[in-house]
Amino acid sequence: MTDIGPGLADPAHDSQRLFRAVLDAFSHPGRIVALPRAPAGVGPLSPAATAFVLTLVDRDTPLWLDPAFDVAAVRDFVHFHTGAPIAARQADALFAVVEPWREPLLDGFAIGSDAYPDRSATLVIEVPSLVDGTPRTARGPGIATHETIAVAGLPASFAGAWAANRALFPCGVDLVFTAGTALLALPRGIVMEG
Amino acid sequence: MPDSQHDGSAYNYAYLDEQTKRMIRRAILKAVAVPGYQVPFGGREMPLPYGWGTGGIQVTAAIIGRDDTLKVIDQGADDTTNAVSIRRFFARVAEVATTTRTAEATVIQTRHRVPETPLKDGQILVFQVPIPEPLRMLEPRETETRTLHALSEYGVMQVSLYESIARHGRIAKTYNYPVLVNGRYMMSPSPIPKFDNPKLDRNPALQLYGAGREKRIYAVPPYTPVKSLDFDDHPFEIERWSECCALCGSRESFLDEMIVDDAGKRLFVCSDTDYCRERRGEPVQ
Amino acid sequence: MYVAVKGGETAIEHSLELLADRRRGARDVPELSTRQIHEQLALAVDRVMTEGSCYDRELAALAIKQARGDLVEAIFLLRAYRTTLPRFGDSLPLDTRRMAAERRISSTFKDVPGGQVLGPTFDYSHRLLDFALMANGEHPAAPTAPVDAAPDLPRVGDILEREGMLEPPPSEGSPHRDITRTPLTLPASRPVRLQNLARGDEGFLLALAYSTQRGYGNNHPFVGEIRFGAVPVSFVPEELGFAIEIAEIDVTECDMVNQFAGSHDVPPQFTRGYGLAFGHAERKAMAMALVDRALRAQELSETATSPAQDEEFVLAHSDSVEASGFVQHLKLPHYVDFQSELVVVRLLRAEVEARRRQAAFDRAAE
Repeated sequence: MTDIGPGLADPAHDSQRLFRAVLDAFSHPGRIVALPRAPAGVGPLSPAATAFVLTLVDRDTPLWLDPAFDVAAVRDFVHFHTGAPIAARQADALFAVVEPWREPLLDGFAIGSDAYPDRSATLVIEVPSLVDGTPRTARGPGIATHETIAVAGLPASFAGAWAANRALFPCGVDLVFTAGTALLALPRGIVMEG
Repeated sequence: MPDSQHDGSAYNYAYLDEQTKRMIRRAILKAVAVPGYQVPFGGREMPLPYGWGTGGIQVTAAIIGRDDTLKVIDQGADDTTNAVSIRRFFARVAEVATTTRTAEATVIQTRHRVPETPLKDGQILVFQVPIPEPLRMLEPRETETRTLHALSEYGVMQVSLYESIARHGRIAKTYNYPVLVNGRYMMSPSPIPKFDNPKLDRNPALQLYGAGREKRIYAVPPYTPVKSLDFDDHPFEIERWSECCALCGSRESFLDEMIVDDAGKRLFVCSDTDYCRERRGEPVQ
Repeated sequence: MYVAVKGGETAIEHSLELLADRRRGARDVPELSTRQIHEQLALAVDRVMTEGSCYDRELAALAIKQARGDLVEAIFLLRAYRTTLPRFGDSLPLDTRRMAAERRISSTFKDVPGGQVLGPTFDYSHRLLDFALMANGEHPAAPTAPVDAAPDLPRVGDILEREGMLEPPPSEGSPHRDITRTPLTLPASRPVRLQNLARGDEGFLLALAYSTQRGYGNNHPFVGEIRFGAVPVSFVPEELGFAIEIAEIDVTECDMVNQFAGSHDVPPQFTRGYGLAFGHAERKAMAMALVDRALRAQELSETATSPAQDEEFVLAHSDSVEASGFVQHLKLPHYVDFQSELVVVRLLRAEVEARRRQAAFDRAAE
């Protein structure tokens, strides 16, 4: 057992503020949202990814960890603070924390069904930066005209993988990119160009 | 596991326990990701009866915080009994500031109306929904309607509207008028008058819909196209009054009709009390 | 004016004060204690605990007192309280074989191991108002039989089951869904249906069960067994890793045995419907068992044509708290929607009138 880092100092109010930031991100795809009073990152996880897990994951939501994040510090932290089961198989996970360079990036996770598209996974993708990557134009619900997204660290195959995910709509996975204490959401309905 | 926060009172902050709030929050994110799709959620019993806004209350309880300013309206008015009751509930369990001014509110919970004052980016409009399924009165079975949504098969509603035209010469549906969200999901806008339907289209605010008894949450993200169903030769149209508001003179707002004497004399006033007050330049009471 | 333009808040305050006043009733009559309610109106408490999904006699009694005896309202109060309670985990399934049965009867066999135990029941009472109760007379304590040394009471069903005459109960192992935490999805599993029926309104279930006996859903039931008594509740705390007994609760269990014609592959045998309720609630447990069996129509390849066999109809409408709320919400103001209707109906009437006038004009012109 490693020393377990602290969770949210004031669970009811901290998670409420963090959730509103996440909701703001989901409602405005591509918008970079700074997390208020984000907790310290645990092990290899950024503060933003740590905050996301503490806000939304619990014993009802199996969590899948990419091998890079599947370390004792993270496992013990998740178990102690959220009670979430660590999913052995990607397909069982409702949430996942992954690295951007894994290939194929989006395959293997639950995408829901036409009758229940909500039974799908949300992927937290840890990236080096939300602003330094190749700019791409995003359109869709939550975006007035268009939004420019320049997440760094994504493989060249990302555009194709995302187009394939978009084609599954209303099924598909939803993405949250995290870096430092900020995040950016890409729900399944968003079309990316460029 | 630190779960509930008692704050010295007998209740959790915003009434719901943290696990329930997380469950509702996850459902809200799914609803935002799939606009117009009704996400099933583990709706809880609330201390107000089903049919009286429990869905809206659960959604509000899952999002609201001390930084928020809450406005609650029923029939467009802040001081109708149900609006008063829900506003008091949140003032008590969520220590939240309340307002009657649309422009000041960060979260607006509503039953049956969309405020006349245009909403802004960052505001959240929470609708109380009695029957979330737009096809329910045409097909009572959930198993059937779920398949119709999966197939995007909405002919049954088109037929129903067309029958109305055949019978009346126009679409006689007046409230809970069905819409198509972002070209994919047919959605019930809740029993707002069709007068309010155009306000749902590309609204900068986030719209969240909560149906407590039926245990469904759905959403329309900001700026999302919301189209009221119609036909080329029978375009969608909204209610019009030949009268204007007797208090503020507005000809643009939804008017309530009041019977003011035994002879049946009528008076028309704005349904949106805050909008009407603002136009008259009166201070908030 | 029920929608006061100003002062709605004060009107609500006054309404609440009046309600509290009426609840108390005449002040020269002593106030009811919750203890009196759970001791002397025990069956009302049982119903509120069952449909409220919360085993707590004291709180159920409080809810009944607060609701002025309106049991549906009391169930609502208890449910709304229950929602706020944190979850520590799931207890192990109750083993009703370990019941200390106060009552146990079977209508399928004249005698069964363990015997027929009548216990406290209205069944053999003559329904004559007992005016002595008005005089507050104390009743002497009932004689009790010596406690049975062997607490395990085999189920009547077990005996038939060994012979292959009765289908075995469903095997354990599939993870259950708590319907108070997860939304209902259809088709529902039997455990989900049973949870729904356990919380379901007794009157609704009774009427549905009755309909199956009158030909709406072919059901040929026998009471395999009804038992009522205390059973232990066990729980495995994560930190201990083994089961400990944490409580003892009273339950009523009904194992209903039904004919089943069999099919090409399956020889004829008896099937079961199951009912369980907190406290002493035989009418509820029996109605639940009958409806449970009726809802198995599809699983047993029977034609499902009656309301009690229609899973979606039964499960969606069984809950008194949901039904009561939605029926009564019609009391809320609906004047915006009504105004929309007024506008359109006036318009349609004007159009009809215009057409009629035009037709009369055309006729006159000819």
